[in-house]
Amino acid sequence: MKQVKHRNSASKILILGTVFLFTFFNPVFAQDEAAVDNAAVTETASGGDVAKGEELFKSLCAACHKRYKKAVGPALFGVADKYDRAWLYSWVKNSAAMIASGDAQAVAVYEEYNKTAMNAFPQLSNADIDNIIAYVMVPKADPPSPPLGKKTETVEAGVSTNVLLIILVLVFLMLVVALFLVNKTLRNFAEANDIELPETGSKTPIWKAFIQNQFLVMVTAIFLLLISGYFVYGYFMQVGVDQGYQPVQPIHYSHKIHAGDNKIECKYCHSSARVSKTSGIPSLNVCMNCHKSISEVADATATEEYSKEFYDGEIQKLYKAVGWDTNTQSYTGDTQPVKWVRIHNLPDFAYFNHSQHVSVAGVECQTCHGPVEEMEIMYQHAPLTMGWCVNCHRETNVKIADNKYYEKIHKELSKKYGVDQLTAAQMGGLECGKCHY
Amino acid sequence: MKNTIKILIAAVVMICVVSCKKDSKPNYQFMPNMYEPLSYETYGEYGIFPGGQEAMLPAEGSIPRGWMPYDFENSQEGYLLAKDTLKNPIRYTKENEDAGKALYDIYCAICHGAKGDGKGPLVKREKILGVPSYNDIGRAITEGSIYHVMYYGINSMGSYASQTNEHERWQIVQYVEKLKADLEGNVHRLDIDPAMTKGVVIKEDHAPVEKGHELTEEQNNAH
Repeated sequence: MKQVKHRNSASKILILGTVFLFTFFNPVFAQDEAAVDNAAVTETASGGDVAKGEELFKSLCAACHKRYKKAVGPALFGVADKYDRAWLYSWVKNSAAMIASGDAQAVAVYEEYNKTAMNAFPQLSNADIDNIIAYVMVPKADPPSPPLGKKTETVEAGVSTNVLLIILVLVFLMLVVALFLVNKTLRNFAEANDIELPETGSKTPIWKAFIQNQFLVMVTAIFLLLISGYFVYGYFMQVGVDQGYQPVQPIHYSHKIHAGDNKIECKYCHSSARVSKTSGIPSLNVCMNCHKSISEVADATATEEYSKEFYDGEIQKLYKAVGWDTNTQSYTGDTQPVKWVRIHNLPDFAYFNHSQHVSVAGVECQTCHGPVEEMEIMYQHAPLTMGWCVNCHRETNVKIADNKYYEKIHKELSKKYGVDQLTAAQMGGLECGKCHY
Repeated sequence: MKNTIKILIAAVVMICVVSCKKDSKPNYQFMPNMYEPLSYETYGEYGIFPGGQEAMLPAEGSIPRGWMPYDFENSQEGYLLAKDTLKNPIRYTKENEDAGKALYDIYCAICHGAKGDGKGPLVKREKILGVPSYNDIGRAITEGSIYHVMYYGINSMGSYASQTNEHERWQIVQYVEKLKADLEGNVHRLDIDPAMTKGVVIKEDHAPVEKGHELTEEQNNAH
């Protein structure tokens, strides 16, 4: 396995640099932007209701259209200047009929976008379409910059505490040096004035006394042996255990953003965990289910540690690997495998099947993998040792509700053991051959 | 004296070794030749494969066991044909509906919403926009069009053929139809005749990335 050192250092320096830069320019930008926004709203307010249009656009059109960027369909900014209003009404309401009737403009658009048919929207009135057009004709505003201001404050606070600490250490060192010097000068004075200083440490040194006492030596030797034995045992017990293993992945995929903030089911991406031995590293087409339309993260996604630019760069890595051209919105066919680093890895002599645990037993993914939805960088939560497996089998009851497969055997075994609820261990979950063969 | 120093040094070294364990690298193993597999492991990197990848597409022309061809083309014509003619082959039982709901909640609800109104968590957070409600008049979805769209994807929606198999997709279709009926205020279809619910088994379609099928076969036998 390979390791990349100081992956973030360059980007961190960059962020810090920009943060300091923006400290001075920030207020100016913010004012400019506000002015642009106001102008835009008043300008388009005459043609239709922007707010209503925004609501309609987001619920109906945004699946395929963006305002300033080409998506499945064309970018809609400027559409009112390009086409006649009446033509747009009939196009939105039923584009297929227009293409079928041979309208030259309609056929041209249909051909340009690889014969992708636009859905019909018979439920929209002309006023609704006016509102949507008003919304899409709002010019692009500059990206907001206020969050930067907050960042600088926190960074400065961190720096100042560090500086304080350094100053304290320096003062302490100077005190030590001063004491030493004072001691030296006082001794010089004493010598010069012929004052006799009391002699120190002329008797047997303490270590000689210690060695002469056989009992003490014995006790200390036993004590040290026990301690080193404890550490040797601890060392050997953790060999082969990768708990906390957190490798650097080729693409910085944040489980916190996907599974935590956006609440995407684990099995959405790791779909083969339901039906197969391996949980499955999702192939990149699964990423593209969403990232076809999400080409950059929201401003709110960026944290102090990872900037928006950093996350956007990671999405670009995905596009590069899967061969997605954002300009033409199509696959180029030029793909590169992503070399994900495997984290959870059982030794070859142990068999583990995900579907048995996920689908049959209904065990939550988090039981073994820990709070994945909080992990910015994925790490191994559990030790994955045999003791850990066996302990869970001893404590977990078999889920028999609605599972006819277990009905008979559960009845007979629970009679044999004299319990109401069988654990996985009592069902044979501790037998060697279950996992080692 | 010398002994104590030696023991002390040993202890210090031990502490150092233990505390120097780095999280970005895997730990030492006792007997690597028992840990590392001789066979090619899932997702492993081996020089013998093109691009070094164990994970590959099946050889061209290979057909998974029990697979049935899907006759409709990935085009507007195919979509319209499927919309009109393709019918759901499974029985509309409560079991299938529950299985469909479980799968729907994993794969679809994140955008389409738990009620099918197009307001899933990703839409509410404005990550993905423009997800239609299932009772959208312009689309007027049918069982055939639901399946077709799941199989190939449409516009911004990707294909879900790699994450689900044929039987599972039809179960999702049943549940989506139920959600649509609920949104429209209609009564949804449910085949309750007990004699009819037995004996209908759909052949499994092996999706490209799937590795094992123990469970799906079990599910099938249950029907």
